Amino acid sequence: MKFTTLMASAALALGFAGGAIADGHEKTKVGFVYVGPIGDGGWTYEHDKGRLAVEAEFGDAVETVYVENVAEGPDSERVMTQMALDGADLIFTTSFGYMDPTNNVAAKFPDVKFEHATGYKRLHPNVSTYSARFYEGRAIQGHIAGNMTESNIIGYIGSFPIPEVIRGINSAYIHASRVNPDVEFKVIWVYTWFDPAKEADAAKVLIEQGADVVLQHTDSTAPQAAAQEAGNVVTFGQASDMGQYAPFPRVSSIIDDWAPYYIARTKAVMDGTWEQKDTWDGIGPGMVGIGEISDRVPADVKAEALAMKAALGDGSYHAFTGPLNKQDGTPWLAEGETADDGTLAGMNFYVEGIEGEIPQ
Amino acid sequence: MIRLEKRPQPSATMSWATPLLAVVATMIFGGALFAALGKDPIEAILTIFWEPLFGEFSFFYRPQLLIKGAPLVLIAIGLALGFKAGIWNIGAEGQYIVGAICGAGAGLAFYPTESIFIFPLMILAGALGGCLWALIPGFLKVRFGTNEILVSLMLVYVAEQLLASMSLGLLKNPEGFGFPGSRNLQQYPSAHNAEIITNTGMHWGVVAALIAVIFSYVLLTRHRLGFAIRVTGEAPRAAKFGGVNPARLILFCLGMSGLLAGLAGMFEVAGPSGQISIDFNVGYGFTAIIVAFLGRLNPLGIVAAGLLMALTYIGGDIAQSQLGLPAAAIQVFQGMLLFFLLALDVLTNYRVRFGTGEVA
Repeated sequence: MKFTTLMASAALALGFAGGAIADGHEKTKVGFVYVGPIGDGGWTYEHDKGRLAVEAEFGDAVETVYVENVAEGPDSERVMTQMALDGADLIFTTSFGYMDPTNNVAAKFPDVKFEHATGYKRLHPNVSTYSARFYEGRAIQGHIAGNMTESNIIGYIGSFPIPEVIRGINSAYIHASRVNPDVEFKVIWVYTWFDPAKEADAAKVLIEQGADVVLQHTDSTAPQAAAQEAGNVVTFGQASDMGQYAPFPRVSSIIDDWAPYYIARTKAVMDGTWEQKDTWDGIGPGMVGIGEISDRVPADVKAEALAMKAALGDGSYHAFTGPLNKQDGTPWLAEGETADDGTLAGMNFYVEGIEGEIPQ
Repeated sequence: MIRLEKRPQPSATMSWATPLLAVVATMIFGGALFAALGKDPIEAILTIFWEPLFGEFSFFYRPQLLIKGAPLVLIAIGLALGFKAGIWNIGAEGQYIVGAICGAGAGLAFYPTESIFIFPLMILAGALGGCLWALIPGFLKVRFGTNEILVSLMLVYVAEQLLASMSLGLLKNPEGFGFPGSRNLQQYPSAHNAEIITNTGMHWGVVAALIAVIFSYVLLTRHRLGFAIRVTGEAPRAAKFGGVNPARLILFCLGMSGLLAGLAGMFEVAGPSGQISIDFNVGYGFTAIIVAFLGRLNPLGIVAAGLLMALTYIGGDIAQSQLGLPAAAIQVFQGMLLFFLLALDVLTNYRVRFGTGEVA
């Protein structure tokens, strides 16, 4: 308790002292905590693009700071505390594993706003959570992949068997098998978000097992390089456009566009209108973008994919629309029924047709 | 032609001065690196070394030094025992993980019962887990003559898989909405390795590290076993004639270092980290190898080296966020420390001869 007061007053004192200098207007300080390097070309890279967009939008009115490669656990807690002590007004913590540390630090700094990506704990009024409906992008990927595979084997590099990743596999499978009932998914779990060597190995193993489409839920471009080397394997950019591998093997991509959200939240802090909320946006609001579909995709498939994108965007189509059964054959969604967010958020089962088990 | 010629009697002063010289050399070349990146080198070095100790928020950073340093010291003390005897346990990271799993598992087995016996039981379980994990390479070496470097290192990867499996299965938080990771022990009072005195960073792991330092100091300077360890390292044949049982010594050194690494993992998971998660381990087991050598395998030296490494981590993160130094530059800086130490060690023990000279 005493410590909390001490921290808060220290931060406050610095906030006033630091803010009053210069030409009188107070800069809003925004901190970003990254789990990977900003040059990963994927997840962290896109978050950092969001940070740069905040700088571009507000210019001198904001100051942004970031720390990259921050391990989840006590290290992240220290980095967040340090940012808060250094006078940050708003801190974005961009990895699922930062969930408890974010809430711990938020308790000590009630005046600092915290935004935690992909988590579900908002234990204090100054913590918000945000995430993107990546599974909408996966539906489009699945559609293209199902059409393009000739071996009917689609490889999938899974990071961790958590709901977000399982949702993506299900969504891709549902839409691949709708256009190609013979399609088979092979999933490899690499237990990392970013490890080029492991990701490349996984891609090579999948290709050797006959996959001619490789989807990835990891952040590096290593699988793209492995596919390029193999020559006839289709890939999709993940988290970032990965356009350097276009038009082939990368035929499209899911892009996380955090910029609009980061700008909006920073603005809210500046205006004093920031409030706790839980954001889960998809293609519609622009948090999930679909990278350009290259000419290697047949024109009719491309048109269908774009139509699906439009339908997902305006809400006329939901990526999880029944009839759908769970893997064990039990009914999940009836004809025309769509999945509710609660089930999706905690999704821990495969849909019918996917072989293999989710590691437990 | 450059040759290295062994000095008959390396200077005793030099072997103590090399760590200090290495630190100074690191500051100079690190400063040059920071300058090349366009940052003020003096400011960067000050931020790394001065800010955490005497800066404005040192009331927060000083306790963090203990939190970050304790596991390093605890592990390095154990490693140094083996290293002195020429027994190379490279797998402390794995023993750290297994200690954490066993410790946390023992605690969580009783959830939500509150009892003062739970925490001591967790300590025992953590120590035993780490010890047994390290005895695997020990047993294989004694029985089959396998190389303990390779076996202990490979067991790290086995331990990481075990950790992932525990986070997703047996120890998964049943109230965690299907997300990986155990319950947070910080919210389970009987199992929480809380600070003994609030805001000092002084938790039971720090106490354990101090006790380990004292015991190891006494063991090495006053005890027969310590003598056996030193003789085995310096003159294995002499040790054999002197009645040292090599098999027993191998098992002792590996078991002890595993025990201490296991303890470090247990205190970490029950305290600062709080939960078993897939990314629980952050490399303490490997960094401790640097700490052991930087501290000249001497218990008191290891304390200093552990705190110094902790300082570069904490200061490095501050420099990242305040000065915008990239994480990679900080890692290069830390790497330089070991590089210069080893280089200076070579120069202490060997004389550099130029020219051809006679071939031996």
